[in-house]
Amino acid sequence: MKYFFRRKSSCQIAKDRLKILLISDRVNCSPEMMELIKTDIAKVISKYMKIDAENIEIQISTVGGRTDKGAGGKHPMLYADIPILDVTAQEQALNVK
Amino acid sequence: MESQVIVVTSGKGGVGKTTTSANVGTGLAKLGKKVCLIDTDIGLRNLDVVMGLENRIVYNLVDVVEGNCRVKQALIRDKRHPGLYLMPSAQTRDKSAVSPGQMIKVIEHLKEQFDYIILDCPAGIEQGFQNAIAGADRALVVTTPEVSAIRDADRIIGLLEANGFKQMDLVLNRLRMDMVRKGDMMSAQDVVDILAIPLIGIVPDDENVVISTNQGEPLVGSDSPAGEAYANVVLRVEGKDVPFINFEKGISFWTRVTGIFHKA
Repeated sequence: MKYFFRRKSSCQIAKDRLKILLISDRVNCSPEMMELIKTDIAKVISKYMKIDAENIEIQISTVGGRTDKGAGGKHPMLYADIPILDVTAQEQALNVK
Repeated sequence: MESQVIVVTSGKGGVGKTTTSANVGTGLAKLGKKVCLIDTDIGLRNLDVVMGLENRIVYNLVDVVEGNCRVKQALIRDKRHPGLYLMPSAQTRDKSAVSPGQMIKVIEHLKEQFDYIILDCPAGIEQGFQNAIAGADRALVVTTPEVSAIRDADRIIGLLEANGFKQMDLVLNRLRMDMVRKGDMMSAQDVVDILAIPLIGIVPDDENVVISTNQGEPLVGSDSPAGEAYANVVLRVEGKDVPFINFEKGISFWTRVTGIFHKA
């Protein structure tokens, strides 16, 4: 745990920057397209539950996945962090259907 | 033995393509192989200087392609190493003087008499790069542990894959173990994790490289950290399984490995 309190090493900074950089280089996905994906995801999810569409974050990454074989894995993954405001809305949505 | 055509490439300039070409070529010749080094950097030739053969150039690659001379006439024999030849590039022309098709023809001709043909690729991904990779069947991707060089190497690996390359190996140049231990430089493992191609050599940052370039004599096999590292690269190019050397004497391999976890 103690290294959380240390200053981030420049090596770690370089690795973090490269991870993001290479993913966008490899996927060739423009920020505009990412924005479109984000609004579409928000639209679909909000059919079923009340979400905070403003604060959705999506990113393409190769880290953290279960099938992850290191940052150099050739299969990037799309991650979405979607804050849910009201889970009970889910049942209502189903009832409406 | 089927001759091997190896392109040494990196994308970014100044990471050590020419030094690697010269040392790997010389090293293979020292093992008794017949080696032809080709400088494909038309307009900015450098390999002749690094090899110390700049005073012996009569004809060059463009002369061969344009039919001004026979292939054999453009080859400079390195008197220090039997079996080592250099085909220099033209200094007063540009990349458009040669096409990929013409390169393939020249290489096919050279394949008859050489075990290894090593192509020193220019920086960039334009025509010079296309010319250099056209006739090659494997690649050495040179990079340094810097964000810019690794980014370019990743792009190059993508382009090589798109061009059907099956064998690509990574040469990590100018590594400084002291900085790696302090957490101020990416380690070989970090770079391999990012680029995801097999590592064929780690060459430490070594002032002897500058000295050997000054003298025009590749340092492969000499008693210096980079010389030893290049000698190992040569053996691995030959397909031998050679363990990676520990550059910092007195520091165990285990310390280096655990060092990775201590500094995050």
